[in-house]
Amino acid sequence: MTDFAGWLMPLRYGSETAEHKAVRTGAALFDLSHMGEIAVTGPGAAEALDYAVCGWPSQLAPGRARYTMLCAPDGGVLDDLVIYRQAPDRFLVVANAANTAVVLGELRRRCAGAVVQDETEATGLIAIQGPNAPGILSRVTDLPLEDMRYYAGASGTVGGCPAWVARTGYTGEDGFEIYCAAGDAERVWTALSEGAEAGLPAAGLAARDTLRLEAGMPLYGNELGPDVTPYEAGLGRVVRLDKPSDFVGRAALAERAKEGPRRTLIGLVARSRRVPRHGYAVLSGSADVGVVTSGAPSPTLGTPIAMAYVATGATGPFGIDVRGTTEPADLTELPFYDRRKQR
Amino acid sequence: MSVPAELHYTEEHEWVSIAGDTATVGITDYAAQQLGDVVYVSLPAVGVAVTSGEPCGEVESTKSVSDLYSPVDGEVVEANEELDDDPGLVNAEPYGAGWMFRVRIPAGSGGEAALPPGLLTAAEYEELTKSAG
Repeated sequence: MTDFAGWLMPLRYGSETAEHKAVRTGAALFDLSHMGEIAVTGPGAAEALDYAVCGWPSQLAPGRARYTMLCAPDGGVLDDLVIYRQAPDRFLVVANAANTAVVLGELRRRCAGAVVQDETEATGLIAIQGPNAPGILSRVTDLPLEDMRYYAGASGTVGGCPAWVARTGYTGEDGFEIYCAAGDAERVWTALSEGAEAGLPAAGLAARDTLRLEAGMPLYGNELGPDVTPYEAGLGRVVRLDKPSDFVGRAALAERAKEGPRRTLIGLVARSRRVPRHGYAVLSGSADVGVVTSGAPSPTLGTPIAMAYVATGATGPFGIDVRGTTEPADLTELPFYDRRKQR
Repeated sequence: MSVPAELHYTEEHEWVSIAGDTATVGITDYAAQQLGDVVYVSLPAVGVAVTSGEPCGEVESTKSVSDLYSPVDGEVVEANEELDDDPGLVNAEPYGAGWMFRVRIPAGSGGEAALPPGLLTAAEYEELTKSAG
């Protein structure tokens, strides 16, 4: 167990490698109740959010979701978010646990004309991720899952409990995130476990981290932070400069879009078995050109992988300074793992 | 968590067993559980001299990397090559198939292999892990 933004969270329930592989080949359950849920509601909610975040929430159809970011006036990322439009006048903003207070404060400041409410404490969040997730969930929900697209959601029941069920996740696999009343989380978890014929392991934070890393998904605090703009993280597509209205960070981000990123997020596959870790220097020849943001042994590839920021234009061949020894690493396109190509 | 009574231990979570002039070294069940799944073990090469309390290898797990310390002085006579293909043996059998290396230790004045001072008994090691939470 570990203290994670004030929540006592399991790093692993058993073997984190087994938990990781269960998600890639079958399914596993995650308790993500630590995530922040903030409701933005009222007739002015859509326009208010258009100003608050760099995406374009008012363009979302009810029942759809979008990955977006909350930026500072200078374009730095304050948090990355998933926003669900649950109804025409109701958006659910999901924030990282460590940033919930910041996001709540900023939304309250930025969302004039809308009601901003912290629902974190009242909300339980259970995720079922993996190729078997639709089959398992369909046995215990009243929602027709075959019609539900990726990044869509609907209200229904899971194990008899009212829930918002969305086809989203942070693993690079098919799967669902189930938002329910905090008091119902255990019933939802049990219903899913009982719905699985072959057993449904629980997965902890360690597996969650290697799964998202293989899928090339950024983690706030590693790839994202107040000193990074979405462009450097390779996520310029989330900045909707085509949105006609103003939004916080617009001027700085428009400037940054014009001049291009100063550093680039790259993927590296290590040739040695020594694992590149957060903070290790990236070398091109003998020149220090960047830093590892996330690194781990990849259970799927069987070799260490890393994401790193390097100076734009650095070409390699790259090495990583692993505690004093330079270990060669090959540049690769992100993501490291793409389920559509694997199957 | 298992702490076999017949072994000696270090504060850095290695165990050592002595047979004749040879010491066999591994890491404890407690250490393996704290590390999580071990994915790679870098061991000292055969013929290398190791010194008690000095790092002589590395243990990589999913979330972290730790130095491996030699609990004894001497010359490495064998390294567990099985761990190269199956580092998970460290988690599965930390006191058995997950052993790491063997050291020939110089005989003391009485002809018996001399253990360096400061090694812990099983009871003392158990106490240490309890106080570490």
